[in-house]
Amino acid sequence: MQFLSASNPKRLLSSLLLLLIAMVLGFGLGATPASADSVGEDLERGITGNVKLEGEPLGGVRMIVEGGGYNAETVTGADGKWYIGVPGVEGDTYKVTLDQETLPEGIAVTGEGGATKDVVLGKTSPLVANFFIGEGTRVTVSMFDQVVARLIYGLNFGLMLGLAAVGLSLVFGTTGLSNFAHSEMVTFGAVAALVLGAGLQLPMWVAIPAAVLLSGAMGWALDAGLWKPLRKRGLALVQLMIVSIGLSLTARYLFQYFVGGGTEQLPGADSTMVPLFGSVALSMTDLVSMAISIVVIMGFAWWLLKTKTGKATRAISDNPDLAAASGIDVDKVIRTVWIISGALAGLAGVLWAYFRPGIKWDMGAQILLLIFAAVTLGGLGTAFGALIGSLVVGILVETSSLFIPADLKYVGALVVLIGILLFRPQGLLGKKQRIG
Amino acid sequence: MDWGSILNNTLAGLLTPTILAFALATLGLAMHFGFAGLLNFGIAGFMAVGAYGYAISVLTFGLPWWAGMIMGVAASVVFALIMGIPTLRLRGDYLAIVTIAAAEILRLLFLTTAFEPVTGSADGLFGYNNSGGFADANPFPPGDYGWGPWTYNEQTLWMLVFGLMVLAVATLLLWALMRSPWGRVVKGIREDEDAVRALGKNVFAYKMQALIIGGIFGALGGIVLATSTNVSPGVYVTSLTFFLWTALLLGGAATIFGPVLGSIIFWVLQAFLTNILPALAESGILPVSGIQAATLRYVLVGIGLMLIVIYRPQGIFGDKREMTFVK
Amino acid sequence: MSSNSESQKSTGLHIGVAAPGVKKVDPILVIDSVKKSFGGLTAVDVEHLEIPRGAITALIGPNGAGKTTLFNLLTGFDNPDTGAWSFEGKQLAGISSFKVAKMGQVRTFQLTKALSLLTVLENMKLGAKNQTGEKLLNSLFPFLWRKQDNELEVKAMELLRRFKLDAKKDDFAASLSGGQRKLLEMARALMTDPVLVMLDEPMAGVNPALTQSLLEHVLNLKKEGMTVLFVEHDMHMVRHIADWVVVMAEGKVVAEGAPDTVMKEQAVIDAYLGAHQDTDLGVVTGRIKVISEEGK
Repeated sequence: MQFLSASNPKRLLSSLLLLLIAMVLGFGLGATPASADSVGEDLERGITGNVKLEGEPLGGVRMIVEGGGYNAETVTGADGKWYIGVPGVEGDTYKVTLDQETLPEGIAVTGEGGATKDVVLGKTSPLVANFFIGEGTRVTVSMFDQVVARLIYGLNFGLMLGLAAVGLSLVFGTTGLSNFAHSEMVTFGAVAALVLGAGLQLPMWVAIPAAVLLSGAMGWALDAGLWKPLRKRGLALVQLMIVSIGLSLTARYLFQYFVGGGTEQLPGADSTMVPLFGSVALSMTDLVSMAISIVVIMGFAWWLLKTKTGKATRAISDNPDLAAASGIDVDKVIRTVWIISGALAGLAGVLWAYFRPGIKWDMGAQILLLIFAAVTLGGLGTAFGALIGSLVVGILVETSSLFIPADLKYVGALVVLIGILLFRPQGLLGKKQRIG
Repeated sequence: MDWGSILNNTLAGLLTPTILAFALATLGLAMHFGFAGLLNFGIAGFMAVGAYGYAISVLTFGLPWWAGMIMGVAASVVFALIMGIPTLRLRGDYLAIVTIAAAEILRLLFLTTAFEPVTGSADGLFGYNNSGGFADANPFPPGDYGWGPWTYNEQTLWMLVFGLMVLAVATLLLWALMRSPWGRVVKGIREDEDAVRALGKNVFAYKMQALIIGGIFGALGGIVLATSTNVSPGVYVTSLTFFLWTALLLGGAATIFGPVLGSIIFWVLQAFLTNILPALAESGILPVSGIQAATLRYVLVGIGLMLIVIYRPQGIFGDKREMTFVK
Repeated sequence: MSSNSESQKSTGLHIGVAAPGVKKVDPILVIDSVKKSFGGLTAVDVEHLEIPRGAITALIGPNGAGKTTLFNLLTGFDNPDTGAWSFEGKQLAGISSFKVAKMGQVRTFQLTKALSLLTVLENMKLGAKNQTGEKLLNSLFPFLWRKQDNELEVKAMELLRRFKLDAKKDDFAASLSGGQRKLLEMARALMTDPVLVMLDEPMAGVNPALTQSLLEHVLNLKKEGMTVLFVEHDMHMVRHIADWVVVMAEGKVVAEGAPDTVMKEQAVIDAYLGAHQDTDLGVVTGRIKVISEEGK
């Protein structure tokens, strides 16, 4: 606490700032001679390999592993070896990519499947994933195609986030609650689909709608059993928010209790690639998922704009007292909002389970901040703002991995969130508040 | 079931460097939320800044251990400034979202392989306490100290004494601040910042000062933690923030000793459950597997948090009238 | 008391004919082309307005006339789209709210802002300006601020006695009734030694038993040399204590003048008043609550 009692705090502060900037620069300088050849050694399982060109080891080749919401990368050592620890369990799929940009001139991956391959974790660890490298022309994807592909992935991801975000935003708008347990509603949908589809062996076209209905029922139950009684008790908003944190912890670890710590796959994924544009292709599952998102969001927009309950919802978000005074049954509308919020979050969970891919006990928590970022970006409490915010966040997350390391792709979105708050605190579609 | 060892482990959990570290961070939260009404959900980030600031200063820049600790604290001041400037003018719930996001950004930056030479990526940092570092500054001669479950070697004793000294100074400081006119303004801001602004107080400056001071406590918590274990990014997760909040609310947010006692109760309870649940599962009293028993502990934390906030929001040591939640 | 206070009304405040924007002999607050719109809606559009020093000025107008918004703009709680205004000759545009308050222009709020979990006495002490112990570093050393704090306590107790709150000094402000909170807020504002006191609906929600003492407190402010500007819906209070009345409608100043003349102006009647409100407050104190609710 020495600096607190310094005689000239302002000057001291600025010199501290300088020091810290120096530290940050230090990070940058230290990072350039990337020599790390193994990461995540404390994880139980890993993927390893040896990059060789005509028997000679190749150092400095960038390797990326993605899957199950986890991603990491490393650079091969002078001996050509690399190792990346992964959190998954037996049966989990990871995508291993060799960054051809980091190969010497005129050298490319020549084996079948190119520079990316899917690997499935087996009984033994580490798993070996090697690439055939030789002289040849790289199947390079043009920057333009990459951008287009990322935009489409981003759109898909954004729509998915949007499904979850509008529910969170509606709940906030009508009750003022920042619901941290919303992420567990997302996980709940996916887990319900897993239980119905894989556990009870129902066909997925039955299991998924049933999971969404169950999620809606969960929304109903939470409002009826928890949130409404707490509102009636007159709990402050901060209290409610912390209750939602407690609920989130409880639910999250209950999922872990029942599902375990590993990743489970939903049946029914169709990875047939559908070519769209140039070298851009999407899997069948992604296309169907996007279509579902768009249809559901349009249906939701119609509900919000055209139906009586939808209009009442917007009225309450705008001014709860006035809405109550003009004869709107606020409790009933809030109940409806919880049901819709739960159902949409559940659907988002199912789609997110296919997108990641896989179901994990904390999968919802992984995107909770992105959902919050989307909602804040759009303006707290505005449903359409949340939708736009989600698209921005989704696209930002996916395209940013073109420029920054893949394991930092969420950082970009969160930094933008803070940046936007600097210049437009009420969000994109929010309105300012009056004091007094 | 081995009741003896369960009891022994639980009692030993009463006084550990980890508990002291968490108590410090909870004290920081008390400054932020209990007294100034700032919804800081990024306290784990402050701890991480302190711990990494200390470890990196020593490992990368070769500073002596005490200078490294000062750097860790200084870094938390800068972190508070960066986070506070955009958000302290905004409504409270924005601060909640931004702080939780900022802490997560930090964790991802510490975790990424891009900065591995400095941050150690997923492996974290270690070895900064040795060779001329904190451990060598130990004034205690080698040997065993203490009694029963509280038997420590000279290294652990040094960590404990250091942690206790920092905690005592921080508690004293918080007490001195909150009984002063400065504390009065800060508490006024918690109640209604517009009213305080209308009385001619620079609300933004006070909130920033409160954010910085609480942040320093958080960073000191990170530093104390770093003296006893490695610095690992897996520690400073959002869940840790939530656990610290639980400890804070358990003890009473707007009290001086509540946060410290709340931390002790929370983590001793954790130690107890960690020991007893798997033992119960093993002996067949609980019909669950060992892993499930470990998970159950966190389920109980969540339920406990909900129950405290609903039924005893002022905490165990708070004044009944002094509900800390402003409507 | 009511006839007594009637005789204290200040006159001769303006120069020339009383019309919107009329010059004052000694203005304390001068407002020029202040405009603020929310979305497409113009909330405030004041071309020129002067507030006379040492008098009680009432700001009236129907709901949505922009009174509270104007208050917010003048005290720095909101920023106008355009415009400038000065307080005692000092330009205030772009000055943040706490600096405005420091200059001696202090306000209260329509929805009372008592600091609920501070005691009544703490609420009062918080109001005082230039406290040594409010600086972070000084606060750690009681010998630097103890003496000043004790002096403030004496001053606060004196004010609390005047406002009949002294018995409640150790209670949390949350335990006070609505009217007592209004009194506390006013007393707290006085702790800042203000030059201009701006009261936003001081009567709203106050129980009739307390209105008389509130009125007297407002009149006392003038006696002590302060200038008062207040927003009020209660016409009786306006007639009773105001020396000057400014009428706003749809963001604009539509009329100005002494209370008994301005209320007869057609523009004012059109904008706001009902014909039945021409009785003096002193006669019908009991009606205040009813009428103020009508005004809402």
